[in-house]
Amino acid sequence: MVQYHDYDAVIVGAGGAGLRAALEAGKRVKTAVVSKLYPTRSHTGAAQGGMCAALANVEEDSWEWHAFDTVKGSDFLADQDAVDVMCKEAVTSVLELERMGLPFNRTPEGKIDQRRFGGHTRNHGEEAVKRACYAADRTGHMILQTLFQQCNKEGVEFFNEFFVVDLVLVDGVCGGIVAYEIATGELHVFRAKSTLFATGGYGKMFKITSNAHTLTGDGPGVVYRRGLPLEDMEFFQFHPTGLYRLGILLSEAARGEGGILRNADGERFMERYAPTIKDLAPRDMVSRAEFDEIREGRGAGPDKDYILLDLTDVDPEVVETKLPDITEFSRTYLDVDPLKEGVPITPTAHYAMGGIPTNVTAEVLRSHHGDIVEGFYAAGECACVSVHGANRLGTNSLLDIVVFGRRGGLAMAEHASTHKQPAVPDDAHAGAEKWIRSLLKGSGEEPTHKIRHELQDIMWDKVSVSRDDEGLSHALEAIAGLKKRFANSRVRDQAKIFNTELVEHMELGYLLDMAEALTASAHARTESRGGHYRADHQMREDDHWLKHTFIRKTDDGDTELGYKDVTLGRYEPVERKY
Amino acid sequence: MEVKLRLLRFNPETDDEAHFEDYTIDADPMDRLLDCLHVVKWEHDGSLALRRSCGHGICGSDAMVINGVNRLACKVLIKDLPQPITVEPIRGLPLIKDFIVDMEPFFAGYRAVKPWLITDEHDHGPARERIQSPKDRARYDDTTKCILCAACTTSCPIYWSDGSYVGPAAIVNAHRFIFDSRDAGGKERLDILSGKGGVFKCRTAFNCTDACPRGIKVTLAIQEVKRAALYDSL
Repeated sequence: MVQYHDYDAVIVGAGGAGLRAALEAGKRVKTAVVSKLYPTRSHTGAAQGGMCAALANVEEDSWEWHAFDTVKGSDFLADQDAVDVMCKEAVTSVLELERMGLPFNRTPEGKIDQRRFGGHTRNHGEEAVKRACYAADRTGHMILQTLFQQCNKEGVEFFNEFFVVDLVLVDGVCGGIVAYEIATGELHVFRAKSTLFATGGYGKMFKITSNAHTLTGDGPGVVYRRGLPLEDMEFFQFHPTGLYRLGILLSEAARGEGGILRNADGERFMERYAPTIKDLAPRDMVSRAEFDEIREGRGAGPDKDYILLDLTDVDPEVVETKLPDITEFSRTYLDVDPLKEGVPITPTAHYAMGGIPTNVTAEVLRSHHGDIVEGFYAAGECACVSVHGANRLGTNSLLDIVVFGRRGGLAMAEHASTHKQPAVPDDAHAGAEKWIRSLLKGSGEEPTHKIRHELQDIMWDKVSVSRDDEGLSHALEAIAGLKKRFANSRVRDQAKIFNTELVEHMELGYLLDMAEALTASAHARTESRGGHYRADHQMREDDHWLKHTFIRKTDDGDTELGYKDVTLGRYEPVERKY
Repeated sequence: MEVKLRLLRFNPETDDEAHFEDYTIDADPMDRLLDCLHVVKWEHDGSLALRRSCGHGICGSDAMVINGVNRLACKVLIKDLPQPITVEPIRGLPLIKDFIVDMEPFFAGYRAVKPWLITDEHDHGPARERIQSPKDRARYDDTTKCILCAACTTSCPIYWSDGSYVGPAAIVNAHRFIFDSRDAGGKERLDILSGKGGVFKCRTAFNCTDACPRGIKVTLAIQEVKRAALYDSL
């Protein structure tokens, strides 16, 4: 039995972007939040270090400097109009969160405290600046909790543990979503005038990742299957400090507070790669430096396959009070006490710069020409505005979700107030129903996890920190093979109530699509820029490649690429040195 | 190494009552219990139902009764668990399937204490932040760590036996605001918590403090709220 719901605004995803949007839309129009998790389970809660804004509470600062750092950090691929919006609104966004009750750390005078973070500098690169507002090393947790508190206060309606399986498009206009209720196995059609996707990232396609098990690209997956484009998918960030083998994130704040990266010889190798800001260089550069150190035989440990994050020279009280969580992760999961010895770390797949293309109003783009899908919005990691370009600076993700979540919520309310509900056909759920039936009744026997593990291995080996034509071609073939096997695999569990095997299976379907889009985009881009490093094309090529990739799936299942020029502004692309 | 697991299973579509099933799998001593549950789910029985997300103790999805005590499955390592490792769903909330319980009564208790900043000033928007001294900020730091995993609440014998009790997690979240110098809703919350189902149900069993995966001094927080309610010490 299909159930129908009618709302002005429906938001998919209950992390920071979804909840921030819900607060704005919920005050103005009838709003529902649909999420496959309980709201406070979302991965915003795992963000640690901070949220940058040029408050200048501790040191001189300006939003233009923040914008410059963001553009330079992006390797000049970010759209500079969007970056200006984000960095300007950063200040009011932080203050707004404080007004909502967020417990920021404080300066001795009681103002919001700020600390250093990778790639954030004073006066266009002179030296590191204290710009990141923070709540110990659980800033994301506090943002998520604070937004959830406010949503409860405002009485926002939640549909928890509902999994998005399709977008309703009526003559190209968005009319809502189809969702699978995990507790009952029933399908629900949410009719809405405005729909926003805030479903987060898709790092689970990689073997080593800081991402949650549930970050499987559901939103972009739905969009891609509907023949709509995804933008800049080749740009994926590998964070330099993931716990060895586990990938669990150790915040850049560890280096902001004075932590140092060392190789097997105890050398502070970042002095060679980024002489000015050293360990606080942007993440893509540090991850590549680590990768090179390990490849050239200077990795630490018996297998020479990790780097050491050395916090032993940092004041132990700072470690215990400002970095309590990451200290505990290290003790719990590796049995290593950061106060006494270096913590084994490696790069870990962390953040998708690419995603569903939007403009600065969070409206989803239909193509690389910039035309929009009416009634459809996206914000947060699943979206690509683009404010992060080829490499996101630390803390700018928490900023992105709050700034563009808010903008999306306002735009949804405005659109819902001035437009009629598109007439949703009775069979809007038919595609999703057919898909789920085929997964439950498939003829094959291969279990989900084997395909997922093979995907994670291939993506890590061929499509991570360093890429080349041969590896990417190999990965594309392998992904095509995995997709065939997936089509022949079968969910063993036939239950209606909490069939989490079916959910994992659907998630794998989305992951395979994301991996295909990412790898095909990476294969086409024959240059190195930000998080996309091609060992066979090591230079940035602005003449050919100062443009955004748009990839879509055609009706016959092929991928089709298009390109959109980068919006430049005050900052002309120059070589990126730190 | 070989790991023996005893999992309390319940499938509402086929079972009348919950029963233990044994599994033997291969694991590394440094593996999380969650990794082992995944091995069971992926390689032995796909119908095993559990909630999990972040996998490192931040999202609060996977609280379970592990060898008799409430823990997060992603935050206990195999090397620290005597075998066979017994895993049961958290208690005091309606069981749905395997390790999945109905969380709604838990969140209803949370919402009952108005867990959001209440201010009496007219808010003119974010011209500047409110000033709060580091000392005032530190006053409620411990209770800001709560991840709403329900490990504390579902370890509480009072909560098991008395459905009207809001439970430790709700009080922790009330504490987080009652002792925040920016908040003006303390009296409102203390009135709620002085009533039936409030703080005075607590008998200081300390199970909650032992269960908290975030190391929050839950019992202390409850005592501080009791004192505030009795002596109006705000």
